Amino acid sequence: MSNKKKKRFIFRSIVLAILLGAVVFALVSNFMKDKEAVADGDQAPPFELEQVNGEGAIHLSEDLKGKGVMVNFWATYCDPCKEEMPYMQKLYPEYKEKGVEIVAVSLDATKLRIRNWIDKNHLTFPIVHDKNGTVMEAYGVFDLPASFFINPDGTVERQVLGALTLDRLEGYLNEIVPESEK
Amino acid sequence: MNEIKCECGHVNPEGTVLCEACGKPIERNQHIDGNEKSKLLNMRYEGSARRSKTRNQTVVDKIWIFFSSVKVGVWLIVLTLIASIIGTILPQEMYIPQNVEAADHYRDEYGLFGQIYYQLGFHNLYSSWWYILLIASIGVSLVICSIDRVVPLYRALKRQKPKRHSNFIRRQRLFGKTENVKQADIDQVVSRLKKKRYRISEENGHILAEKGRFSRWGPYVNHIGLIIVLIAAILRSMSFFYIEDYVWVREGETKLIPQTDGQYFIKNNDFIMDVYDENDERYAEAIKKNGEMIPSNYETKAEIYKVKGDTIPGQDPELTKVNEGEIRVNEPLTVEDISLYQASYQLNEFQSMSFKLHLSDDENESPIGEFTFDMNNPKKEYDLGNGYRVVVDDYFPEFFMEEGVPDTKSKYPKKPAFIFFVYGPDIEDYEVNFLTIGANLNPHNNNQYKISITGVDMRDVTGLTVKRDHTLPFFAVGAIIFMIGVVQGMYWYHRRVWIHPRENEVWIAAHTNKNWYGLKKDIESSLEGTDFNIPDDQQELK
Repeated sequence: MSNKKKKRFIFRSIVLAILLGAVVFALVSNFMKDKEAVADGDQAPPFELEQVNGEGAIHLSEDLKGKGVMVNFWATYCDPCKEEMPYMQKLYPEYKEKGVEIVAVSLDATKLRIRNWIDKNHLTFPIVHDKNGTVMEAYGVFDLPASFFINPDGTVERQVLGALTLDRLEGYLNEIVPESEK
Repeated sequence: MNEIKCECGHVNPEGTVLCEACGKPIERNQHIDGNEKSKLLNMRYEGSARRSKTRNQTVVDKIWIFFSSVKVGVWLIVLTLIASIIGTILPQEMYIPQNVEAADHYRDEYGLFGQIYYQLGFHNLYSSWWYILLIASIGVSLVICSIDRVVPLYRALKRQKPKRHSNFIRRQRLFGKTENVKQADIDQVVSRLKKKRYRISEENGHILAEKGRFSRWGPYVNHIGLIIVLIAAILRSMSFFYIEDYVWVREGETKLIPQTDGQYFIKNNDFIMDVYDENDERYAEAIKKNGEMIPSNYETKAEIYKVKGDTIPGQDPELTKVNEGEIRVNEPLTVEDISLYQASYQLNEFQSMSFKLHLSDDENESPIGEFTFDMNNPKKEYDLGNGYRVVVDDYFPEFFMEEGVPDTKSKYPKKPAFIFFVYGPDIEDYEVNFLTIGANLNPHNNNQYKISITGVDMRDVTGLTVKRDHTLPFFAVGAIIFMIGVVQGMYWYHRRVWIHPRENEVWIAAHTNKNWYGLKKDIESSLEGTDFNIPDDQQELK
């Protein structure tokens, strides 16, 4: 009799375990689906893009090794993007000294528009052109602006979807200053 | 644990209502199926023990017993229905405009109610954890309810004996007594039932004729189908089994196919939209009625390329063509297990525009110089020869005016506008030309020279759905099993007839799970011409 009870206990436990597994799986996979392509702490996806206001291409993990990097996705048809550009320009010289690079990835269709904007606003940080939107896709960005703050070791410290203020930008840039410069 | 030993000698599990073997009502369990007050026995699940009550319940038992209740199952379904209804009151987040914050949209459009709706997370109701948990609980309830019923039912039907307890026989819905029945009559009835494909079994003169037991498994087969459908739905959340994405490709453009890990690109060579011929008399009337052209075909001539070697995003990859063909509605182009379906289009984006420079007061507008502005690869400066040149001061792909300042809504050349500076040997400084389609908005009217549009090249944009779906076979198998279960339960009937000899009389009782009319017909035609009285329908008598 107690043998029978034991058998039943084992059977029920197995069935419940399988069902619980399926439920947990359903919940987790549904949760994962909404997750951003790049999570904080992940290695930032590498990219190589042609510069618009400089010579040659910028290769994220090779050219900017050991530096903190802010990758900013923007476009000339995006008003909030254009509003945060002056903040970036204002802080850039100071943080470049400290080993932080700012790379602005433009999603515009033509270099003509990007150049016009750079010339009119006297931007000095490197601006690259993601003509096909492949880098934006790799970073899982759908709305502009979006900014990724990448540690000197290449991991994502923070991502900001939406516009930045000057204060917040400065705080986030401070987070990715290399140890040796602090 | 208490087992119940029936007087027929069979040992039943705790909670049994009717003895598995002889059908004798087990006195202390009659409340379970509400048999105490009625004359007839409730025959559901053969009166088998569905939820064994065990003392010293473990957590496992408690969870099991919770989900094995049909009442709980029904409540879960009701709650899910209510939740699903709530999700349809306001549009879900995926259907609201993309360019506004969800929180603002619900507040501005629907007021306080919208705000509450948003705060409670109902704007993403169908993918919320609790909704998924509700659906999953229904699945769990389905599995456990089925196991808890199909096993005892199987046991009871397997162990049933031809010789039933008189109490069981008497309390069947179809029941009749006949005195002094000849053995020959009994034999004839049995042989007639046999002819009707009843399986006959006998025990000391007690006879059971049974057919269509198969029908009783229908609901459980049906549940297995449902569970497979649920599993298929879960698989849809794995990208290995299912992806759905979207890509816009302009004519002449080569674009990354999303969800392929940067491995595949698609080139749009041409987008075609055909319409029905209004001169064809078969269509003329319908087109006239419709008032506008009726499309007959949407088609993208496309090529698919695979990336050669390792590249990282942003690099221009080396591409090799792997497939080529036409994408039409319902006729996708596939690469590996990904299909590209024709889903949408935009006509007439600007590809390039040609201009000429001429004297403002020249009525013939004879060109001094000409140039073409390529929207894909525009130049900053165009040399027109003879010392004349045009500098593109600004270019707005989708021009609009914002507080008196020209700007662009997007990067797509849907309504291009240009600010040109014209330089020339006889021009002091430069002259400004501000052009858009159909207008030359020169700020100064004293320009000596003027730029006019001489031609435009247009391009179309195709919208393609990117899809991978390996879950359809699972849905198909689940749906087929579901239907088999339905058919099994609906079109077969489990009919049993008991012939129960007593001292001076013979009792006949019968039971079916559905279609009592058919069972009565079977019995009437089997008893015809014998001494047997036709059994009464005791329920009808009430």
